Amino acid sequence: MATATLHLPAGAVTVDAAFREEVARLSGQPLELCFQCQKCASGCYPTQEGDYTPNEIMRLIQYGARDAVLRSRTIWLCTSCETCGLRCPNGIRIAEVMDTLKQMAAARGIAPAGETGPLFHNLFLSEIRAAGRVHETMLMLKYKLKTGNLFADMKLGWQLFRRGKLPLVPRLKKDPAVRRIFERASGQE
Amino acid sequence: MQYSYYPGCSLEATGVEYNLSTRAVAGALGLELVELPGWTCCGSSSAHAVNKDLALGLAAHNIALAQEQGRDLVVPCSACYTRLCKADHEMRHDPAEKARAERLAGFSYTGKIQIYSFLEIVKDRVGCDEVARAVRKPLTGLKVACYYGCLLVRPPEVRPFDRAEDPTSLDELAAALGAEPVPWCYKTTCCGAGLSLTRPEVVEQLVARILSAAREAGADALVTACPLCQNNLEMRRPAQEGIPVFYFTELMGLAFGLGEAPGWLKKHLVDPFPLLQRFSLVG
Repeated sequence: MATATLHLPAGAVTVDAAFREEVARLSGQPLELCFQCQKCASGCYPTQEGDYTPNEIMRLIQYGARDAVLRSRTIWLCTSCETCGLRCPNGIRIAEVMDTLKQMAAARGIAPAGETGPLFHNLFLSEIRAAGRVHETMLMLKYKLKTGNLFADMKLGWQLFRRGKLPLVPRLKKDPAVRRIFERASGQE
Repeated sequence: MQYSYYPGCSLEATGVEYNLSTRAVAGALGLELVELPGWTCCGSSSAHAVNKDLALGLAAHNIALAQEQGRDLVVPCSACYTRLCKADHEMRHDPAEKARAERLAGFSYTGKIQIYSFLEIVKDRVGCDEVARAVRKPLTGLKVACYYGCLLVRPPEVRPFDRAEDPTSLDELAAALGAEPVPWCYKTTCCGAGLSLTRPEVVEQLVARILSAAREAGADALVTACPLCQNNLEMRRPAQEGIPVFYFTELMGLAFGLGEAPGWLKKHLVDPFPLLQRFSLVG
């Protein structure tokens, strides 16, 4: 198939039809129905800080702009609040699409510069794998250590600790069943 | 009435007062909450962000545990509730997803147990009339902005227990406690949820907007049903903003005259006592 190059304000993107099909298949969403009404974007507060609005992400997927989409900051700003999908006149669950994009980017180890979302999610999941439950105190500490931003929330952490909201010894649930779910999910079993 | 109870990880830490108040209020209403033995994390937002199989498998594992107990499952945390409901919905309506979940979590799904949020139980099973009968100290004059957050009623096909754009269950409950729910437009606007650690500056903007909208609507306090919302609204607020944020179960405990209620409220980062003293709701 001939490749085409599109020149967008965000830069040149190579059209990749396989990407469009892959996102449609993995998310199970009728991406082709998006007609850019922008209802999703008008209700989306978190991604206002991102590089694209949700409808722009949908358009870029239709173009097959694999790199632009998977390297976008917007996908990591989506909190899955489902406002977009609720309001979409064509029934596209955009949060499912955003999840799919995050999963694809995470699987390929792609993230925009400075984005710590994937790191946070991996720490979170390794807490579950190791301990069955998430020990919030430990998770916050590990995240701070990994990002080198140890002091940003120190005062806040102390306030929470004093009120008994960051227990040092949590009730964990080490569970071989959970470990097996992780093995099956990564295709090891 | 007996239910299996799934507190979730946050209710053991940053949301501890939600856990304590839910258990106390359930007791006062004659609901028996039996903690689900061996419950594990539902996967939260991290699982569905990076691994589809983990999102389904971790939630299905807890549904499997609840199924073994044979009792319907009550989940106070909106985030856990959504994850568990979503997995349940997929298993119930899609044979391929059911087979995938059964393989991942190593069980056989029967569909016999239902999943409820604690708000849903209070509102639909107990009912506002019964709640009003349990009130000893009505919250008269207290104006509250009911903040549902985004997850409690979404997506609507997964849990249609209240309206997805303009829910009313918390407002009706607050009114049954004697408080005055104010109309406002930010009931389901996202607080930034799990971005609190990775992008605090984004959460700060969202939180400031929600709190100022509550104030403009004339509210003395906000009411939530989600530990992520409650924490974000307190931790990431502008320094000068002092409007308290309660869990609905705390307001129930106060209105029921439960002696342990002040103990929960001391755990808040924003001191709610001056407000409550103004309304003679604490000693």
